[in-house]
Parts: sequence; C-alpha cells; structure tokens
Amino acid sequence: MDDLKSKYLSLIADAADESAIEDLRVQAVGKKGEISLKMRELGKMTPEERQVAGPALNALKDEINSALSAKKAALADAALDERLRSEWLDVTLPARDGRVGTIHPISQVTEEVSAIFADMGFAVAEGPQIESDWYNFDALNIPGHHPARAEMDTFYTHRAEGDDRPPHVLRTHTSPVQIRSMEAGGAPIRIICPGRVYRADYDQTHTPMFNQVEGLAIDKDISMANLKWTLEEFFSAYFGARVKTRFRASHFPFTEPSAEVDIQCSWVDGQLKVGEGDGWLEVLGSGMVHPKVLQAAKIDPDQWQGFAFGVGIDRIAMLKYGIPDLRAFFDSDLRWLRHYGFSALQVPTLHGGL
Amino acid sequence: MKFTLSWLKHHLDTDASVDEIADALTDLGLEVEGIEDPAAKLRDFTIAKVVHAEKHPDADKLKVCKVQSDEGETQIVCGAPNAREGITVVLAKPGTYIPGLDITIKVGNIRGVDSFGMMASEKELELSDEHNGIIELPSGEVGENFADWLAANDPAKVDPVIEIAITPNRPDALGVRGVARDLAARGLGTLKPVTVDPVPASFETDLKVSIDNDTLDGCPVFYGRLIKGVKNGPSPAWLQDQLRAIGLRPISFLVDVTNWFTYDLNRPLHVFDADKVAGNLRVHRAEGGETIVALDDKEYALQAGQMVISDDNGPESIAGIMGGAETGCTEETVNVFVESAYWDPVQIAYTGRALKINSDARYRFERGVDPAFTPEGLEHAVRMIVDHAGGEVSQVIKAGEVPDTSRAYKLDAKRVISLVGMDIPESTQRQTLTALGFSLDGNMASVPSWRPDVQGEADLVEEVARIASLTKLEGKPLPRMDAGVPKPILTDGQLRQKNARRTAAALGYNECVTYSFIDRKAATLFGGGDDATMLENPISSEMSHMRPALLPGLLRAAARNQARGFMDMALFEVGAAFHGGEPGEQHNLVSGILIGRTGPKDVHGASRPVDVYDAKADVEAVLAAIGAPAKVQILRGAREWWHPGRHGKICLGPKKVLAVFGELHPKVLREMDIKGPAVGFTVWLDEIPTPKNKSATRPALAAADLQAVERDFAFVVDADVEALTLVNAAAGADKGLIADVRVFDEFIGGALGEGKKSLAVTVRLQPKDKTLKDADIEAVSAKIVAKVTKATGGTLRG
Repeated sequence: MDDLKSKYLSLIADAADESAIEDLRVQAVGKKGEISLKMRELGKMTPEERQVAGPALNALKDEINSALSAKKAALADAALDERLRSEWLDVTLPARDGRVGTIHPISQVTEEVSAIFADMGFAVAEGPQIESDWYNFDALNIPGHHPARAEMDTFYTHRAEGDDRPPHVLRTHTSPVQIRSMEAGGAPIRIICPGRVYRADYDQTHTPMFNQVEGLAIDKDISMANLKWTLEEFFSAYFGARVKTRFRASHFPFTEPSAEVDIQCSWVDGQLKVGEGDGWLEVLGSGMVHPKVLQAAKIDPDQWQGFAFGVGIDRIAMLKYGIPDLRAFFDSDLRWLRHYGFSALQVPTLHGGL
Repeated sequence: MKFTLSWLKHHLDTDASVDEIADALTDLGLEVEGIEDPAAKLRDFTIAKVVHAEKHPDADKLKVCKVQSDEGETQIVCGAPNAREGITVVLAKPGTYIPGLDITIKVGNIRGVDSFGMMASEKELELSDEHNGIIELPSGEVGENFADWLAANDPAKVDPVIEIAITPNRPDALGVRGVARDLAARGLGTLKPVTVDPVPASFETDLKVSIDNDTLDGCPVFYGRLIKGVKNGPSPAWLQDQLRAIGLRPISFLVDVTNWFTYDLNRPLHVFDADKVAGNLRVHRAEGGETIVALDDKEYALQAGQMVISDDNGPESIAGIMGGAETGCTEETVNVFVESAYWDPVQIAYTGRALKINSDARYRFERGVDPAFTPEGLEHAVRMIVDHAGGEVSQVIKAGEVPDTSRAYKLDAKRVISLVGMDIPESTQRQTLTALGFSLDGNMASVPSWRPDVQGEADLVEEVARIASLTKLEGKPLPRMDAGVPKPILTDGQLRQKNARRTAAALGYNECVTYSFIDRKAATLFGGGDDATMLENPISSEMSHMRPALLPGLLRAAARNQARGFMDMALFEVGAAFHGGEPGEQHNLVSGILIGRTGPKDVHGASRPVDVYDAKADVEAVLAAIGAPAKVQILRGAREWWHPGRHGKICLGPKKVLAVFGELHPKVLREMDIKGPAVGFTVWLDEIPTPKNKSATRPALAAADLQAVERDFAFVVDADVEALTLVNAAAGADKGLIADVRVFDEFIGGALGEGKKSLAVTVRLQPKDKTLKDADIEAVSAKIVAKVTKATGGTLRG
C-alpha cells in the first residue's frame, strides 16, 4: 500500500496539466481505479484483515484525492497567471470622458450667504424683478423728484401709446422685496433678499444687471450695534477669517441713521486679503430702517425698529474668490465657467465650511 | 464738492492737520474722495544761500556756486542767469526727486566740475511756468523746509485741495461753510461768524420784479439790487486762485463772484447785464414752446409750466438753473442786476431733468438752498462787487416772502440710544444739535433753515449718531429669535431651484447666468419680443426685451463659445423668464442645452453626437431631483422653436406641462448662428406639484422573496406607433405580476417593409406568493401579446 501511495503522489506532483490530473484520478480513485479495485477486495477479507486494511485504504484514498485537488488548484493558478501575463493594457490611455458640470459663483455665494443668515434666523425672500415705481421708490422714501431716483440709472418698461400709468421699472435693488415681505408678514421679521437687480450702466466695473443681497431685521429693540455685530459675524463666517468692519455715516433715503460699511483688508503685491491689515474697503450700505419705510409697509414705527443692509453678491464673490472682472460673470465663457465654477457636490454648509 | 484748506479755514478756526480733517469728514458722512496736497512733493526741498558764484572755467553760461545749506557748504554748477552771490534759493540735494523734470538729482560732473545738487526754478517745482531763472526768495533761513516757508509766506501755492462726495440729503455741505459747521460740531475747531455790512442804497431804481401768482409755490421769494457803474475785469488773485484750485475757470469778476458764493455759502446767484434787460422782470411759468439761448450757448425749448424769468423781450433766464446768454455779463458790462432767489427743489429737479441741464445752480437748488439766507446772500455778493469793482447800489427790490420753514421735532434721548446702540449722554446729544444750528426748547429741536433734509425725529438721531462717530460703534450680539437649533428657512420653491441646479451640474452641465434682457430677434424666436416686455431705455439693442425663456440666452452664449472654438458644450441656467410687463408676470425655469458631441473624440469610441435621448435623460433626472411625479404623459405639440417631430412635452394631463425636451428647430439655430444640431430641455419649476405628504417616514419596502422572471417580446408595429403606448399596454396586462416593461431594441425598415418597425421589450415578472410555473408564464405572455396587439395594431414578431 505504501508503494501505491508514493507512486501516485509522485505522479500527481509531476502532472503537467488538468487532463493529466484527470487521467490520474481515473487511474487511482475512479470506478475502476487501482485503489477502488483494492477497496472492492475488502469484501473478500476476514473481518480482522478488513479492520486493518479498510481504514488504511480510506486514508490512502483521501490523501490521493486531496493531493489531486491541491495540484489541480496549483495548475489553475499557474494557468491564470500565464493568461494574466498576456492581458496587459496601456493604462496611461485616457479614461472614458465624463462631462464635468459646474455651479456659477453667483449661485454658490448666494447659498453661502443664505446658510450664514439662516443660522441667525433670516429667511430667504423673493419678489418680482419688474416692479412698480411705488415698491421700488416711493415706499422706500424716494419720491419722484428725489435726486437719488435720477442717480440710480433706472431701466423703465415701455408703455403703450395712451397708457398713462407711470412706467414700471426693473428693480434697482431688492428693497421692494423687503416692503412686500413686511406687508405680507408684519413684524417681527428677519429676511434676506437675494436676486438680480438692474441699472443702466455698463463699463469696466458696472454691468446693467448684477446681483444683490439685502437683509432686514425688525423687532422691538434692534439697534445699529446689533447691525454691526451681525455684519461682522457674516463677513467673518463668509471670508473664513475674523473681519472687522468700519461704519461711516452716510445717507440713503430708506434708512436713518445710515452707514457705509468698510471691511478690514490689506493689499500685498496687488493681492487683496480680507480680514487683515489696516486698509478698509467699502462693500456695503446699511442703516436703521426709516420710519417712513416702515409706515409704507404698514408697520408701526413707534412699536418696531430694525436694520437693513445691502451688498453686491457678485462683488463679495469677486473679493472672496479673486475673480477680477464683473462683466465676465454674465458672458458664459466655458473657460471661465469651468475655472471659477464650483462642483455640484460642493454644497455650502456651516458645519462643512463655506 | 472741492475746496481748499485755506478756504475751509476762512470759516473754521482750527489747528487740525489735513489728515485729521479728512478722517473726520469721511466719518461724518462727507466722504473724502481725494486730497491733493501740493506741499507733499516739496517736502524734500530746503532753503539755502549762495555765498559765492563764479564763471565755470570751461563754459560761458554756467556758474560754479558755493552754496550754504543745513549740511554745510556745497558746490553746485548752475546755468541760471540770476545765479549770483547773496541770493536765497531752493535747494535740491542729491537724491531729491524733481517733480517738474521727473528726475531724481544725482551728484554730477559738468565739464570737469563736480556739482552736488540743484537750485530749482518755479517750473521745476511745478509752482508756475516760470523758468527764466532759479527761485530767489525774499526771506527764509538756511535749512528751512521750503514747503513750510511757502505755507507761511505764500500759502495759496501749497493749499491742499480736498474733494468730498455729498449725499443728496446734505445741500448745506455744498457750501464750504456747511462743511466747516460739521467739523466744528465734531470738535475740530470753531466756526467763525459770517457777517456782512450791506452797502447802503445810493439811488432808487424803477426796475420792478414780479412773481406770477401761479409761480409763488416755485419761487416764493426773489431779491435783487441794481448796481450802476461797476468795472468788470479779471478777479483778484485770491479769488482766481481759489476758483482754479477747485477746478473752475475764472471768467470775469462779476461771474466769479456768483461762482464763489455758490461754493462758499451754497448761495447760487445770477447777475444780469442791466443794460440788456428790457423793462421789468417777471417770474412766471412758460406757456410752452418759448425758446431761450442759455449761458452755455445752447438753445432750449421751454415746456409749459417750467419757471422762467422774462423781461419785455421774453425769457431771459431759466429760473434757478441757468441764465440767458442775451442778458449775461461781459467784460464791458457796467450796470448789473444781482438776483438772489429761492426756487423749489422739486420743480427745479423736474425742469433740470426735462431740459437735461446740469449746472451748479440746478444741482444746489434741487437739493435745497437755505431760503432764509436769500436776502443776506444778496448783500454778501453786492458788498464784494462794490468793494472790488465799485459802483452805486439801488434799493433792495423784493418780490414774495421768505418761506416759513420753521419746524421742530422731539429729541427722544432714550430712543437715540436704543436705535444707535451707543451710550450717548443726553447732554452730548443736545450739544451736538446746538452746534449744528438747531435750537432746543425743552426737548423740542428747531431745525435750522439750511437743513431741508431734517423732516422728523429719525433725522435728529442721524445727526447725533453721525457727530458722535459711527466709527466708534461697537457691535452687540443680535439675539436669536428662538432659542436652540435654527429652523430650516428655504421654501419649497427655493429648494426646488437649488436641487435642479445641483442636479444639472452633477449631470455635467455648466451653469450660466445670462442677462435677463435680450435682443428683440432672439426674444421673438422664443415667443416674446412684444412691446409689453420691452424696455423704454435699453442700454443697447442687444438688451431691449425681457427674456421670454432661458433658451435664447443660452443659445447666444453657445454661439459665443463656438466662436471661440468650443464646439461641444452643456450649458444650463436657473432663473426667471417674463411673460408680461407687470410685476409678477415672471416664472421660474431651468433650461439646459447640449450641443455638439457627448465629448471629444476618444480612444474608446465613446464620443457621439448628442441627441434627444440625452436631453430626455437629463430632464428626467432634474424632474426626479425636484420631486416631480414619476407617472407622467409625454405629448407632442410644444412651441414652434422645437423640432416638430423630435420633442416631447412631459405633462400631467394635456394642460399641465412640467417640462419639454427635444431638438431645437434648425431654423431657430440658424437664426442664432449655432453650428450643428442642439438638443435641450426646459422645466417649469413652479408647475411641479408640491408633494402632499411632508412626513419623513417612508412607506415600508415591499421586496418579494421569490425570484423574478424576465421574458422578451418583439412586436412589429406601424412606424408611428409610440413605444410608450406599447409599454403601457404590456404593463397593463397583469398589474400585480408585471414589475417593469423596458424597451431594449428598435428596428426600422429592412425585411419588415416600408412604414413598419419592430420594438422589443423585456417584461419583468415578479411573483408575490408563489413561484411561477411555465403555465403561469404562458398565460401572462398571452395576455401581454393580446393587450399590445389591441393597443398598437401590431403583431408578435415570429
């Protein structure tokens, strides 16, 4: 029996391929194989002989079987290795193309601004872009003769012959949304109003359409000091660095007192950095909402007070992301969209960063 | 508004530096736009004395000078004819920049003689055009700074010019005196009194001025005096200097006087040449159609109602805006009538705008000139004219009355603190208002006549806050409205826009923001371009109409990119389009376009031209992302800018269109200069129904344990049978069992013959309670074939 074992183990070890293994299996443990035949002979043995030979034969059969499968696996591995060696691809060839889309900086920044103000309890309000002159001017304490009205380079809509109503305007700011929101919801109120605004001006730094976000907070005791804190919190969160502001007295018909707001910045080698240095950059107009504006929006100015502000979305986008030219925002040059755009998954959140 | 430091000091007694004044002005709301300080470029020049001068050994016209400076004696070669021993000169040492030459002086050697610096001429220092010789000073110590010497001895030469921006509410600051008053209130000096000693009348004139009754609301008061025998001519140097410094051209004394008071006291005046005035003067409203040549030599046609000053010959002055050329002063003028009137700001604004005249007078009257100062302003001007140009003065001629602008508002000190958020003591608040010219009676503050902008309590708050300095304001936290984690704030519509935008970008589209206005042709191609959406004053014909859709703007953008050599693109925009010219006649859209190929040609052969099914895939993804219902109809018959056979409307019923996708009409593309076919989609965001179930809980997942079975069927149908009809028919064969029907092949023509096509579908059967047996599958297959045959008139393909 030992002969049989060493014979088959050595034959198995020498087998060259799967068919040789199969031949050996038939030869050794197949129905008519050498070991199978021996097992048949067990019946003819005495019980004593059988007790010795039976287990030995079974052990031999198991050993041969496992040697067969081990060899078979080894041969398969070798064959696979051989095949894989021939399956070489030039992986430096380009991948299949996938288009990569982008989010426009205006959308991205609008979401950033919304995320910050949402945390401070401001909702996002929207309104018509074609406005009546009442909502765009009169309700904001800008009567017809007011010089500010002429200075705003307003776009007017066409009126048909015989239609004597004053022409509508393309809103020159998103302030009419403030009025409509106050009319609809009363006080207290906290909203931001982002959106497109229009002024008839086109040069290096002006486009006839641009984007603005205004903010409004009305309550019992909101002060200009609250405004300053709110804006500093906003700018710090937006620029990702502690940003100081400087308030300067100014005038807007719809706020009183009014302030122009500068943010702290430095210019180093022509590069602007917000939140450091001792320079100041004018970015925003603000103030305490004029009692006449509250009245126009049907809110009692003896009961309620609060602040409003307005800032250019395009402008703060340019400041944060180093975008040089406003006009390019609206040109849709693919190279610009891809360079300054944002990934679809880059959703601004306070917890993930802006 | 420009003024010089010395002009300011005419009204303000102050030691403050230019920088201190500039900082205060900006903080006060009189924003400094620029400071021009002529002394700045002279700081490096010092005074020196020529102690010895002799002819250059090798040059006839040069002299070798020994010059005593603060650093000892030095040698300078000089070519000036007046360089000689004993004169006091202005020295530029080596290393000094010479503004008039734009060079920096170095140690030189001129024909063999070393020269250590330069003695400057006035031209070299940009003080004048004088270049005949070097400056000889009448005084000055060796080593003294030349800029300081000028400031002490010839201040006009180094008078800093400050330019400030004036907000529309501050007409008082359009005069230097108003600026000085603000600075004094801030504590930067003391406001000097302004007084005038009126010239006594020495004759009585017959000249009369009248104001028509219907014009009194526009011109409540008019003062004037006649001066006989003046001698017009150039103004004195100081007056010319001041006018030039602020960018005005001196014309003649009489004209310069009016300009000077316009800027000094914000008191515009007009001077008529009395010899050219026929008869009396009458302030009245134009009937319309009269013409007048104004001082700018342009002819203006007056509109009915506009205020004019006429004599017997007709209009001689556009009231409060610009005088007439006919009665204007010239060098020869000897008899003048000086006008000081008050004009209503609103009427001046309308007339100025209508006539398109921008004058200093209009600018001031439309913002508001001090009405109470009208008579005094006249006396100031008359006094200056007579003092300089002589003449006899008539009695004061007056029409109307100075309007009563007196009013008072309550100063609520607590409210001031509550609004500003700064702790400004009541005494300081009162002090501020007093310094600005308010008078306080108890807590009622009477407004000075020069502050027409102050119209309520809130304006008092602004004055107090402004003078207290908003720069000093410190932030205070804005308390949350509700404690705890902030609530979501976006509306369904806003979320929808955001999700549509992010989805489109994820699908590979680049977001554009295009102008809301577009040219008429493009607007017309997309159903707009009518007069209701037209702008009255577009900045160009490219931007004349509000866009009726987003597609035209995207196509224009695509054409621009194609012109730059980018032929394949995916662009989208989210925004409003306008279906009318009334507020609210706008709707929110998301549109995308695909042009060219799916990508550049590539090694895998994956690049192919974009087609309708790309647009369909993308619009379906966008719709899914914004929660549109999954069960929709696809209809035809969208607007004319779509390819008639290659588009679909995604609808909930025939009238509720959620979106359209398809190929754009080739004619539209040609009109818009787009090369190659383009596909696209539009989603009407506001049309998507808001899901009724707002609960976060999902329905339980029904995932059957039994294995699903798929069977394929191919049908031969007429070519115009729509796949969706077939699919719906098949799916309807056994709704409980059929989980999905998917078209996987379309074959047209060939052996099928003309007008026929084959559509192959895979039907997925999902048993729920028992495993399917062959007989079950046979049965449902037969039903499917029957249903499809009935619905499409087709046959099962053998």
